[in-house]
Amino acid sequence: MQEFFQLVVSGIATGGIFASLALALVLIYNAMGLVNFAQGEMAMFATFVAYELIIRGVSFWIAFPVTLVLAFGGGIAIQRIVIRPVERAPVLTLVIITLGLATTINGLAGFLFGYVPASFPSPFSVRTIDVLGVYVGYQDLGVIAVTAVVLLAVYLLLEHTTVGLTLRAAAFHPEASRLLGVHVSWMLALGWGLASAVGAVSGILVAPVLLLDPDMMQSIIIYAFAAAVLGGIESPLGAVVGGLVVGVTINLAGAYIPHVGGDLQLAVGLAIIIAVLILKPNGLFGRAAVRRV
Amino acid sequence: MIERLRTAPPRYWLVGLVVLFFLGFPTVISSFLASEWSQALVLAIAIMGLNILVGYSGQLSLGHGAFIALGAYTSAIIVHHFKVDYLLTIPIAGILTGVVGFLFGVPALRLSALYLALATFALAVVTPSLIKRPTELTGGVQGILIAQPDPPQFASNVYSTITGSAMTSEQWIYYVTLFCALLLFWLAWNLLRHRPGRAMRAIRDSEVAAAASGVNIAGYKTLAFGISAFYAGVAGSLFGLGIGFVSPDAFPVGLSIQLLVGTVIGGLASIPGPLLGAIFAYFLPIYASQWAPNQTWLPAQITATVKNAGPAVSYGVILILVMIFAPNGIVGLVTRGYGALSRRLRGAGDRETGHVPPDPQTV
Repeated sequence: MQEFFQLVVSGIATGGIFASLALALVLIYNAMGLVNFAQGEMAMFATFVAYELIIRGVSFWIAFPVTLVLAFGGGIAIQRIVIRPVERAPVLTLVIITLGLATTINGLAGFLFGYVPASFPSPFSVRTIDVLGVYVGYQDLGVIAVTAVVLLAVYLLLEHTTVGLTLRAAAFHPEASRLLGVHVSWMLALGWGLASAVGAVSGILVAPVLLLDPDMMQSIIIYAFAAAVLGGIESPLGAVVGGLVVGVTINLAGAYIPHVGGDLQLAVGLAIIIAVLILKPNGLFGRAAVRRV
Repeated sequence: MIERLRTAPPRYWLVGLVVLFFLGFPTVISSFLASEWSQALVLAIAIMGLNILVGYSGQLSLGHGAFIALGAYTSAIIVHHFKVDYLLTIPIAGILTGVVGFLFGVPALRLSALYLALATFALAVVTPSLIKRPTELTGGVQGILIAQPDPPQFASNVYSTITGSAMTSEQWIYYVTLFCALLLFWLAWNLLRHRPGRAMRAIRDSEVAAAASGVNIAGYKTLAFGISAFYAGVAGSLFGLGIGFVSPDAFPVGLSIQLLVGTVIGGLASIPGPLLGAIFAYFLPIYASQWAPNQTWLPAQITATVKNAGPAVSYGVILILVMIFAPNGIVGLVTRGYGALSRRLRGAGDRETGHVPPDPQTV
């Protein structure tokens, strides 16, 4: 039983990582109805930037916010340069472009930082503490705390500031917002910047657990897809809940379902995606899709 | 007969020339190059299949590498366990993969384009670890070796009478692949200019309008999935034959992306597009990774990184540029250039006779 609770706690920590990447996907989906296949690679690139800062002697707690600001700028730059020319293109075009972006960023990271896996220093101690008989790692607690702060910050930004309101308005009804003086295209860029920064959090938090290399996020993005789909791809709250559920599920599945083990955990992610899409395509918190003829 | 040949449209001549080129090509190049070109043709078959799905029926699959893997493993396992002639397993692999694709198309009906892309992408990422698991069947991480067949008597006789040299097994595999490619391209051409092709395009352009005109939406969408997977299965079987083994790492996500790159760069919804796209998508990474080692002025360490990163970066950048500036790919560019040229020529001719050139939209 104790093992079970330990798995749940570490599952929540992993789930928090998935949740921030899933939230990044949701932000871009809400802004322009697109799943950004490059989200994981963007996070990986930001993590490499943080790594380069840290090995040059910058402390983790300074490198972390600096990287987020850089990722924010990078997200805006990508939207301005690559996405803006095709803002109104069909979904097919946009998906292919984000895939091209993912491939490019992956190759670029390999070119700039190399393909040798690097171990990313963890800011948290490796010790564990005893909470009601369950041993919880500081690493897990730290990840949960950082994710909670970031998610709360995004929530406050979206729901309680003018910028957040404009952002949501531009996504919800571009024409009306434009008539009311909102610069819709720049709001999209802002959405990309925000998503890029939130996604970077997941990369930086997951890097100490995995090893840092250009393919690091390839499996994480699948879990983030599963989380976003499970929560309903347009719901930020759903992304968080979905992330936690996926994190705990794959942890428990790896331990308790025979034959699953480490390498087939990814298949559990795929199974979640397919099951949700077939049984409940709107996810837990999504609105039912209405097709207008 | 002569009359028919004389009045045949120029593109039939073009097709004839291309076929002659591909028939004669391996007699003048090395066996190694012949095997590279047969892999390019394998890619062309798979891309033709993906083009039927994406270009004609408008369903986006990012996981066609999984179908290729299924085809390749079907052939390899049958040959390994039952010792049949490899060539006999090619249609079996195609049909089995086609049936699986057809069944996959049924749940896909419920998904929007975006969700379908997402689910198939996840499938492509998971494929290698799914293959590794049933070790007795698939050979696990090691995979299965495939013996490359020697050319049969009749083929080597014909070959040596024409060229005067013996046929290698790479050249035989090339001709087998070419035969399959010609057959499948001819099939696709016939399929797509008749009822099924029209139905698929109608669905792609407007599902509501197609349904109102009596097109069986669900039927044609799953049919497109089945046919597309059939092509991928045949391609997979030939892929295994060409490289001489199957292993989980031969089917990474990159393979699915390579297929998509080929489809898009060649030109969506066109018949010559997949061939051009495949040649491009196959040889671009090879040349991108060979470029750096040939540059002697670069330090060795940079050379190694560029060699690794070159294919990914050039793929990604070209994919983005093509989507932004030439969404119809190479074929789209050629058609546009040809249209502009013929309008200019026609315009010049008409100035002498005083005729107004007909509006291209109404012809």
